[in-house]
Amino acid sequence: MTLAYYPGCSMHGTSREYEESLLAVAAALELGLTEIADWSCCGASSAHAADHLLGVALPARNLALAEAQGADEVLAPCAACYNRLSGAVHAVAEEPGMAAKVPEVLGRAFANSVRVLSIVELLQGLAPVIEERVAARLEPNPLEHLNIAAYWGCLLVRPAAITGFDDAERPTGMDDVISACSANPVSWNMAVECCGGAFSVSRTSSVLRLSRAIIEDARHCGADAILAACPLCHANLDFRQSAMSLRGEPPMPVLYITQLVGLALGLPMAALGFERHFVDTQPLFARLAREAEKAAAAAAERDAAKAARAAAKAGAS
Amino acid sequence: MARCYQCGKCSAGCPMGAEMALPPHDIMRLTIANDRERLFNDDSLWLCLTCETCSARCPNDVDPARVIDALRELAAGEGAEHAPRNIRAFHESFLEQIRSTGRLSEVGLIMQYKLRSGALLQDVAVAPAMLRRGKLPLRPQRIAGVGEVKALMAACERERGARAAPAAGGAAAPGAGATGGHHNGEDAR
Repeated sequence: MTLAYYPGCSMHGTSREYEESLLAVAAALELGLTEIADWSCCGASSAHAADHLLGVALPARNLALAEAQGADEVLAPCAACYNRLSGAVHAVAEEPGMAAKVPEVLGRAFANSVRVLSIVELLQGLAPVIEERVAARLEPNPLEHLNIAAYWGCLLVRPAAITGFDDAERPTGMDDVISACSANPVSWNMAVECCGGAFSVSRTSSVLRLSRAIIEDARHCGADAILAACPLCHANLDFRQSAMSLRGEPPMPVLYITQLVGLALGLPMAALGFERHFVDTQPLFARLAREAEKAAAAAAERDAAKAARAAAKAGAS
Repeated sequence: MARCYQCGKCSAGCPMGAEMALPPHDIMRLTIANDRERLFNDDSLWLCLTCETCSARCPNDVDPARVIDALRELAAGEGAEHAPRNIRAFHESFLEQIRSTGRLSEVGLIMQYKLRSGALLQDVAVAPAMLRRGKLPLRPQRIAGVGEVKALMAACERERGARAAPAAGGAAAPGAGATGGHHNGEDAR
């Protein structure tokens, strides 16, 4: 099995830390990602609204390149790219005439033979490996004290005919990854609500309204942070937080799913791009580290007391 | 599409419903009635985020998100003057970026968007913070296959022209049978 990698445009710009953490995790887990040579933009969020065929053809060019490269799976970590690539696979397979039309407009052979993989599917499949690595670590583990809300947004779960790897209303795959990392998934209400997506620039007021509701619900449900798997969601929740009035409450850190996995694998924070976030994650991790040390000290004390009791009992008998 | 029985579940879950004069179930009703006048003289179509919540929750398996995309495509053919300037500027700048480099340069997108929308000062204050975080590469990545991308975009445009041509006669007259047929053809699954 060869896994091709489709970065998409945001990974080289506003979501650099997503790619940095992905590549660090891929190296640590020896995934062997091969970037699609000369990939082009998938057309998300604009092409489909202008022209349906264009919305299929732009992502299909990349699938055709992956095929030519001998790949049978393509990883698209950006949720929007994943949705457009997967949508193209679906449209070419299901819509009459598309299978003939698409190679024609591409000017390339295209057999529609590649499977598109989201980051959640990939990491969910690796959950046992991640869990093993976490268990093998000895030091007090701050992640055990992290309560985090898995934010799916729209494009990883809808339309179900295109995505379909998890439940559209109550998906659980990201929670599995959180648990494998030894953190605690929070039960909340806004996991599949829209953050305002591509209106970040063209209608910022709507994005602030929608994203604020997501952050407030996460906090209300006890989350220390939000977990994202999409550059657009991350920008709306992290970068736009500075413009939100959060009613005097402290900022809510937003982590990429690959950053969490990187931490679980013991990779240094500097390799995972945390310094690129707008909401500072340091106070949260400092607090988690203190809690972990306190818990470790308490556990040591308990063990010592137990040992002392056992010794006393042995002495008495 | 004719299966829509106006239950309103699409509008209930729509994140933009509160900001739309015509929330999704109204768009569905007017589309079935082929009321182009009201559909295209309003910005509701352009406020759709394509989050697909409507289509996911429709109890009768209608696909409002796809209908709205098809309507936007039709509206654009007729000038789309009711698309909010900012949203139209965003989409146009987005596609122009792909046409000229094969990829989307976010810096290029924002610069072009500012020129098209007139929102010159929007977010200017955050640019230094973005740069400091290494999030704004200033040099666009032009791919080797940019000619190929340009050609495929042109081919799609020609296809669209060819599709629109037979319906052009009915397009001028709202309620004409030919346009209703076009809608149905567009959304038949």
